[in-house]
Amino acid sequence: MSSVAHDHAHAHDHAHDHDHHHGPYKGVMRWITTTNHKDIGTLYLWFSFIMFSVGGLMAVGIRLELFSPGLQYMDPDFFNQLTTMHGLIMVFGAIMPVFVGFANWQIPMMIGAPDMAFARLNNWSFWLLPFAATLLVLSFFMPGGAPGVGWTMYAPLTVQMGVGMDLTIFAVHILGMSSILGSINIITTILNMRAPGMTLMKMPLFVWTWLITAYLLVAAMPVLAGAVTMTLTDRHFGTTFFNAAGGGDPVLYQHIFWFFGHPEVYIIALPGFGVISQVIPAFSRKPLFGYASMVYATAAIAIISFIVWAHHMYTVGMPVTGQLFFMYATMLVAVPTGVKVFNWVATMWKGSLTFETPMLFALGFLFMFTLGGFTGLVLSIVPIDIQMHDTYYVVAHFHYVMVAGALFAAFAGVYFWLPKWTGRMYNETLGKWHFWLTLIFFNMIFFVQHFLGLAGMPRRIADYPLMFETWNKVSSIGAFGMGLAQILFLYIVVKTIRSGEPAPQRPWEGADSLEWTHLPTPPPYHTFETQPIVK
Amino acid sequence: MNVTAENRRLSRRLAIVAVGMFGFAFALVPFYNQICVALGINSIERPDKVVNTQIDTSRTVTIELDSNAHNLPWRFRPLVSEVKVHPGEIAMVEYEIVNMREAPVTGQAVPSYGPQHAGEYFQKIECFCFTHQTLAPGETRRMPVVFVVDPKLPKDVSTIAVSYTFFEVAGRGGKT
Repeated sequence: MSSVAHDHAHAHDHAHDHDHHHGPYKGVMRWITTTNHKDIGTLYLWFSFIMFSVGGLMAVGIRLELFSPGLQYMDPDFFNQLTTMHGLIMVFGAIMPVFVGFANWQIPMMIGAPDMAFARLNNWSFWLLPFAATLLVLSFFMPGGAPGVGWTMYAPLTVQMGVGMDLTIFAVHILGMSSILGSINIITTILNMRAPGMTLMKMPLFVWTWLITAYLLVAAMPVLAGAVTMTLTDRHFGTTFFNAAGGGDPVLYQHIFWFFGHPEVYIIALPGFGVISQVIPAFSRKPLFGYASMVYATAAIAIISFIVWAHHMYTVGMPVTGQLFFMYATMLVAVPTGVKVFNWVATMWKGSLTFETPMLFALGFLFMFTLGGFTGLVLSIVPIDIQMHDTYYVVAHFHYVMVAGALFAAFAGVYFWLPKWTGRMYNETLGKWHFWLTLIFFNMIFFVQHFLGLAGMPRRIADYPLMFETWNKVSSIGAFGMGLAQILFLYIVVKTIRSGEPAPQRPWEGADSLEWTHLPTPPPYHTFETQPIVK
Repeated sequence: MNVTAENRRLSRRLAIVAVGMFGFAFALVPFYNQICVALGINSIERPDKVVNTQIDTSRTVTIELDSNAHNLPWRFRPLVSEVKVHPGEIAMVEYEIVNMREAPVTGQAVPSYGPQHAGEYFQKIECFCFTHQTLAPGETRRMPVVFVVDPKLPKDVSTIAVSYTFFEVAGRGGKT
């Protein structure tokens, strides 16, 4: 395994080299062989954007079919495959890698480290991803198509699926391995490679949230790997972990899956919280309110996330005592999350606010994520959840926290750091257009799904009764609009890279972490080879 | 100690945690089964503990019997389609299976109840569902279910539908 000291042995005199494109190779080999955290961060970001587009196209396909009742464009089998792959690709291909991309770019710069602790391992963590993504997409072309089991891959349906299921299982294994290696790298970097004087409690909150997320990944991803391994041996090697006739139990799968699955929710959300905790203080021109309580709240969320998993399975027939335990534990999550929301609001209180695009996305996050949190509280209540289980109310809930939470945080982060990364400023007017279009269309898609869910429309079904037609039409039109709005996003980013105005070292007045105060814009290829002293 | 060595040490520890958590997923399997035994839930393969109680002759409960074979070449039926019992009274019904295949087949019966919550009051002392059933080619077998309806059965339940479904035991359990 390569370490930084080792890796930089051949990089002699780059301290004064401000050439952004300097690297050991030119052309495509630069990207394949790179061990530079900035290059790998860029790869992660582009990869996740591609997967976001693929998953988004699938979502548009789903909404197209649901535009009218009856079956128009696809058979229900293919519809199920689309919902399954949309979920898997968005969770593992888009949202998780985008924050790893942020981590790669930002963590070394924010803590004053020259690079990630294991630079070559970092390269491998990334290059595992395209192979996993290819396996996922290939499963569509297998006999029987992609698995149509839902992204949760519940047994016993998974045992009956065709070859596509095996490809998906291997893809999940590879994605998990990539995440675990990446997390080990991130934890090691944060704990061992901080600049002198950068104590843990002086780290920017983005670094803190990633440290805790990485621990969650190391603890949770192997459990998912175990669950899909059991599915694999049930399918091919005669075990009966999840087969009732052989003494197994399909409900066992749900327990194992959600033991991973609930921490996964916070794996997705916490780095987003970190981004928001950088953006809001910068545009309020005030330090983050309650820094220490933010750190403790993040840790509390992470710990509680391991004891709430069965709130996803209230309807499996567990004892009432169990339902009560998981209900109260779930409600407990609202306390540290509330601490965070109030701290963000208090940060803005009496601040000198301006509303550039990153701040708009952060505020959008704050409103929408809190709304998603509230519907989560509603769903945590057992008798209501039993009514709402597997309806569009649940779909609306988790899209409010996943899209308006994680995705909006990612957009906020991209607009916030794009000037630093590329050295060029994005177009503020277009950025605001992107925000407002995304916000409006997002709510058009998902707010109305609350109504559909309350009226009893079940999720993951290609058809629906006539009475649900109106809101489904609204939702579908919103989906087409939101899809188009992301083409604008791509245009803004490409235009910024090619012809944006040159950005100053510190384009945001209130931003005060090391990458703004100590590094030029754009940062040189190798930064902090001599670590700064933090006072 | 230099940073490189410290990095390696930490990464080794984290890798051990990751491998341990992979093992933990498998440890959840026996853990889950033990929890089910301890709480007395999900006990389809174990006889219920029946406490001796007075027979409540003031009530009569109708037990409707149903049978299904899921993708199995078995003819499976109860000898009577319903019985009437008093709560607290020991009763017996019989089922018959015929293996239509020219090969031995192993199956496992899984019971279900309507209404669902009546299941915990339908206490089985003896049942063919407690074990795998292996039938020789063409074999016919009669199997009893001995049960007691718990007198604590809620007053609004006057009929319990008991349905057994046989699944073929393939995989490890079925290969003898």
